[in-house]
Amino acid sequence: MKINNQIIEKHGLKLEEYESIKKLLKREPNLLELGIFSAMWNEHCSYKSSKIHLKKLPTKGRQVIQGPGENAGVIDIGDEDAIVFKIESHNHPSFIEPYQGAATGVGGILRDVFTMGARPIALLNSIHFGSPSHIKTKSLLNGVVSGIGGYGNCIGIPTVAGETKFNETYNENILVNAMAVGHAKKNKIFYSKAKGLNKSVVYVGSKTGRDGIHGASMASAEFDENSEEKKPTVQVGDPFTEKLLMEACLELMKDNSIISIQDMGAAGLTSSSVEMASKGGLGIELKLDKVPCREENMTPYEMMLSESQERMLIILEDDKEKEAKKIFDKWDLDFVIIGKTTDTNNLTLKFKNEVVGEIPIEALASKAPLYDRKWSKKNSRKNKINIKSLKKIKIEDALIKILSSPNHSNKSWITNQYDQSVMCDTIQKSGSDAAVIRIHNKDKAIAVSVDSSANYCKSHPITGGKQIVCENWRNLTAVGAKPLAITNCLNFGNPENKEIMGEFAECLEGIKEACEFLNYPVVSGNVSFYNGTNNKNIYPTPVIGGVGLIKKLSQPISHNFKKDNSIIILIGKTFGHIEQSCFLKENYSIIDGMPPEVNLVNEKNNGECLLKLMNTNLILSAHDISSGGLITTISEMALTSNYGAKINKPKKLTNIFEYFFGEDQARYVIEIERKNLPKVEKIFKENNIYYENIGITQKNYLEIQDELKINTKDLFKINNEWYNNY
Amino acid sequence: MKSSVIVFPGSNCDRDIAVALEKMQFKNTMVWHKETKLPKSDLIVIPGGFSYGDYLRSGAIAGKSLIINEVIKAANSGCLILGICNGFQILTETGLLKGTLLRNKNLKFINKDVHIKVINNNSKFSKKYNENQILKINIAHNEGNYFTDPEHLIKLQDENLIVFKYCDEDGNINEKSNPNGSINNIAGILNSKKNILGMMPHPERMVDEIISNKDGVNLFSSLLN
Repeated sequence: MKINNQIIEKHGLKLEEYESIKKLLKREPNLLELGIFSAMWNEHCSYKSSKIHLKKLPTKGRQVIQGPGENAGVIDIGDEDAIVFKIESHNHPSFIEPYQGAATGVGGILRDVFTMGARPIALLNSIHFGSPSHIKTKSLLNGVVSGIGGYGNCIGIPTVAGETKFNETYNENILVNAMAVGHAKKNKIFYSKAKGLNKSVVYVGSKTGRDGIHGASMASAEFDENSEEKKPTVQVGDPFTEKLLMEACLELMKDNSIISIQDMGAAGLTSSSVEMASKGGLGIELKLDKVPCREENMTPYEMMLSESQERMLIILEDDKEKEAKKIFDKWDLDFVIIGKTTDTNNLTLKFKNEVVGEIPIEALASKAPLYDRKWSKKNSRKNKINIKSLKKIKIEDALIKILSSPNHSNKSWITNQYDQSVMCDTIQKSGSDAAVIRIHNKDKAIAVSVDSSANYCKSHPITGGKQIVCENWRNLTAVGAKPLAITNCLNFGNPENKEIMGEFAECLEGIKEACEFLNYPVVSGNVSFYNGTNNKNIYPTPVIGGVGLIKKLSQPISHNFKKDNSIIILIGKTFGHIEQSCFLKENYSIIDGMPPEVNLVNEKNNGECLLKLMNTNLILSAHDISSGGLITTISEMALTSNYGAKINKPKKLTNIFEYFFGEDQARYVIEIERKNLPKVEKIFKENNIYYENIGITQKNYLEIQDELKINTKDLFKINNEWYNNY
Repeated sequence: MKSSVIVFPGSNCDRDIAVALEKMQFKNTMVWHKETKLPKSDLIVIPGGFSYGDYLRSGAIAGKSLIINEVIKAANSGCLILGICNGFQILTETGLLKGTLLRNKNLKFINKDVHIKVINNNSKFSKKYNENQILKINIAHNEGNYFTDPEHLIKLQDENLIVFKYCDEDGNINEKSNPNGSINNIAGILNSKKNILGMMPHPERMVDEIISNKDGVNLFSSLLN
């Protein structure tokens, strides 16, 4: 077939990119080669628009064993233990086919983690849907939630935490980000870099079918009204096979037979083989006749571009094939030597004894296009909102509006569909600031959380970027963990639009600043551009997944009130920043103004002081303050406990709505026993921490002097209605 | 006490039950589904999970596996058998327990802590509990809606074969306290020889205070004579 402009375009390549391909090959590519270029050069695999900016992120630290560039990031949690983790997007497939899209998102991220020698111990997710009233939202929500559950429940990894948000910006482009966390031995981490000539390249796992062909290219373009037609590019998941593959790989990893290993994720066999060869500075030759196929008469083009799930590529040490094959036979999985490493530095593809494609590895990897796309700074001049000019409402009504809103309602309708307890190490699950997972058979635990703030990022990307890192850091701190490192999933619109590229660059600037200051490096991540339909881009939605360490396991701190008549303290300064708040959004439909300012120094000091208090066992409960402000936070502490609270009015005469609903950062609410107050105050003073003694816990009622009195049982009811009625 | 845990491809609570058994001083062996001989055991556990992916029907393929013939033989000679969750489903597929497990009434997977009441504390599996004791225990299943024919249901009641029923915090057994729609709120049953217990809730998840509570402990200690 002669390659023409139409074919090039169909492969998602620009004409000038095609010219570069010809230059690199010094000839015209054939269709198979063109397909391979399109798989490797698309945005999803090449990071061509984001690389320049991603390089600026801090990725190092004493806690980091492996930063970005591998299947997942690896951090040190002391003794011989390492934590392996990563987050990834599966937005485009999930919008087209929610169940399979979400399920394979979970499957893909799990493979990234166990490929590195870690046994997965926790799954998290961040899912964003359009407005609840949008016609597609309900079925997308149903499909995505059952897809995430269907995969995680079957493979037997607990889904322990996540966030679910609704915002009309996602009406035509939902976000499904899945994060997996695994535990490995520090000296038993496996990498994807190939080493040595003439080593066997082994294909293991499921057979290759025609599903998912061009999946990565689909994820690198905007949607239009014909997106439904792309259904065949969505892969189909088989969690049962993944479970077998995971067990077989982990069994093989006990021995020293693996040189390198790489899962076949986006762009399947193509990207896995190219990545291994390119990292090792080698060539790789594949005999495609050997590839186990699910369907008859599959062409080399289809085999190389299929994104069938649950497959791995392994480079084995000499003479280890027999032993290795035994393990895969035990688990009833395919194990086929399909090629070898070479010194040609080429990807060589043979089919029926003929060379059907030959491409220099560097043309696909290091010589892939790199763009420094134009971007523009966000105009951050905003109208000031004068709260006094708004219609008067009662605090009680405002609070009820927030607690019964889709974004703040109790999510047990979702989380009850996930097995959160399997593996018997989940100490604290969804609904807390962070989930807490014990390291199996050990006296320590990790805390994990995922967070995003699209409205803040849209309004002021630099502040928004900083804020999510801080909020994530705060969530881990609030359960008593020392935050160690993050993974990020950067969901943005079309990078060819300079305003969108500006949002990207500036969000990253904010993330960078916060991560540097908090010594909270980025060890893995994923970029998802082209989230939008017909030129309508989504709000910038970077999602941060953080991991922290609880060194010595006692009962971790949870956020529900524990006792009657204990003291409630607010840590951090309250300025009453009401712009971009949940209060204005839910009560007045106003989404305007600047996000709250982020002061990294206060953030760090307040959090570190809280950890000190926790280490001295002076805290009964703690909760970070985020969306919804102080009174929403206190309500959440009362909702799940037998106790309410009696809260004083602010001493200084500020606007009461700004005080109780403002979303100032770096704040926590804690509960302590009365007798411990002097000790706690002493620690605050020694560390120069601003705090307010705001009230006490009491039975049955949440109360603000003269302003509000509501039964906690009613609060619980209000908070639990929305999902069940949707 | 010697125990064996059968491991099918797709079992995923096998490690959890092994940890619980060892904690309770059982000498435990894991038995791979392709094996044709069982080690000498006083207790055989069929763990939770998705054996063979639960393809076809939950527990259907496992019910026809090689090792299951040995389990049936052992059961017939009086060995104690405990099937939890997928294990219960497998036991009904083999015919060792009567009845079947349908999809949950709400057609969704359910994972949460629920309450169950000890109806029969006179079995080898439950003697350390008090009669009518209320336990808080975790469930995690898609097909836990137990169903059986009227004749068998009468037999279950008359012969005191129902060990656990779903209830609420205060012990009320009614439709509201039934998480999955099972007939008469049944959560766990015995065979007529009372050496086989099948139950949907996960006692192995309730043996460690820091994770949950210790309401599952007495099931295992009952078995330890």
